[in-house]
Amino acid sequence: MSTAAKARRNTSRYLRSQRNTAILFLLPNFLGFLIFIVYPVIKALHTSFFKWDGLTEKTFVGLGNYQRLFTDETFHISLLNNVHFTLITVPLSIAFGIAIAMLMNVKIPGIKVFRTIYFLPQVTSMIAIGIVWTTILANYGPVNQFLEFMGMTEPPKWLSSTQWALISVEIVSIWRSMGYNAIILLAGLQGINGELYEAGKIDGANAWQRFSKITLPMLSPTIFFCTIMQVIGSFQVFDTIMAMTQGGPGRATNVLTYYIYRRAFLDDPQLGYASAIAYVLFAIILVITLIQFRGQKKWVNY
Amino acid sequence: MTKKRIGTIVIVLVLLLVAAVTIFPFLWMVLGSLKTKSELFATPMRLLPETPIWRNYVRIFEKVPFLQFYFNTAKIAVLATLGQVLTCAFSAYAFAKLQFRGRDALFILYLATLMIPYQVTMIPQYEMLGKLGLLNTHAALIILRWFSPFGVFLLRQFFITIPDSLNEAARIDGASEARIFFQFMLPLSKSAIATLVTLTFLNAWNEFMGPLIFLNDKAKFTLQIGIRYFQQEFGTEYTLIMGATTLSLIPILIIYIFAQKYFIEGIASSGLKG
Repeated sequence: MSTAAKARRNTSRYLRSQRNTAILFLLPNFLGFLIFIVYPVIKALHTSFFKWDGLTEKTFVGLGNYQRLFTDETFHISLLNNVHFTLITVPLSIAFGIAIAMLMNVKIPGIKVFRTIYFLPQVTSMIAIGIVWTTILANYGPVNQFLEFMGMTEPPKWLSSTQWALISVEIVSIWRSMGYNAIILLAGLQGINGELYEAGKIDGANAWQRFSKITLPMLSPTIFFCTIMQVIGSFQVFDTIMAMTQGGPGRATNVLTYYIYRRAFLDDPQLGYASAIAYVLFAIILVITLIQFRGQKKWVNY
Repeated sequence: MTKKRIGTIVIVLVLLLVAAVTIFPFLWMVLGSLKTKSELFATPMRLLPETPIWRNYVRIFEKVPFLQFYFNTAKIAVLATLGQVLTCAFSAYAFAKLQFRGRDALFILYLATLMIPYQVTMIPQYEMLGKLGLLNTHAALIILRWFSPFGVFLLRQFFITIPDSLNEAARIDGASEARIFFQFMLPLSKSAIATLVTLTFLNAWNEFMGPLIFLNDKAKFTLQIGIRYFQQEFGTEYTLIMGATTLSLIPILIIYIFAQKYFIEGIASSGLKG
């Protein structure tokens, strides 16, 4: 046998042994992954073509569940509420995040303490803090007392009014996420080369020009990351709704995740229909993720 | 110089204001838990209780099995974390350091599942666990957390930063892959593992949806559904509700103060929850 053939045989034996080791290493996680994640994803699609209450036999309805979405008013309201929630919370939270990050990017004492405090709401359970917020926004709670003190005669009835309930939940969401955005954006700011600002100053750029022509473009990858993360998160908002409003009053804060939960597990379970809505939610998140992949090249200026 | 100083003072004041807004709900909660019912919504508002009513806390323990909630939550969080870190580290090692056909395709499949919302898998999981007789058990919540694709992703990204030459040198010296994994990879990856441990523990501790649909026996409740049960059951006992939420937050707040770095790294890499 030639040395080349021998070497090849050795290599292939080596690769085979590596493959066998790899299988052993992968197996525990991969089996569970197949059973508890991949299989349910396929099964949910299958279920979405059936009418099923979870107890009696399933009946095949084809695309019936998906067609029903076009005429289901609660679904439309939930979807619109999700869109409203995203359009309000994401830009505001990112704008506050940028402002806080810029302020933190200055040499001042105690910056670590600020960091710890700003990140705190991300660590705490949304159920616990959501429950606390319901008392803060109560009709005679501290927020309304403050507003009355400032001269407002009839402050909003926040959570008990259909007009303000969604806005209340959005305020809490902004309160919770702006610190997160600030910390992530601060890391981005600290990565910007200081010489760019020196050069800008020499060229006579004022503070606003330095912000819009240097900071924002250099920060765009981080802003983009925060935006996508938050858009995806805001379409999956659930705990906040459960703790504060349970979709109410009426359907004022009904969102997709909450509607899926109701359809699947509360009165009159319709598991096929719930699966169909879950797949719509999946499709929305898929589209956002694809935008992320494409947008990274297009919108982000390094 | 003085102009710069005034600027710094303004910045600190604004940062303090933001900190006050961030921390106010927590203060309101802790102080509220020590007030009387009429004090909590008194006009004009009073932040401090006249005399702290510590008995509120005794009453919480009289009304619900709070110690049991603590124990259940801690048990689920610890076992879920241990299992997840172990299976994920093994898998991540194979993806990062071993050659096999289809490796990249399989990894992409793992990545693709990261964006699937929980609502998609929740119904089939419920059905499956029902068939296995695991509904209303802690085992269901623990096992579901063992196979996180995110954990594999996080550790794999760290493992690939460790130079391959290290593995090759060890292989030439005749070390088995298992030995390389336990003796070199794990000790070198302490910080990544600490991040995953912190994040998994936090998510398991704060998880709401899973316990909500899988558990229905009060003795098996976790803190999150425990406090919600409390809110529904004793809806007007606001001071006690404040006490219950305070109690549920204390353990995480203590861990956060000591392991802040890992919390921030973990949450920064996994995105927002809400």
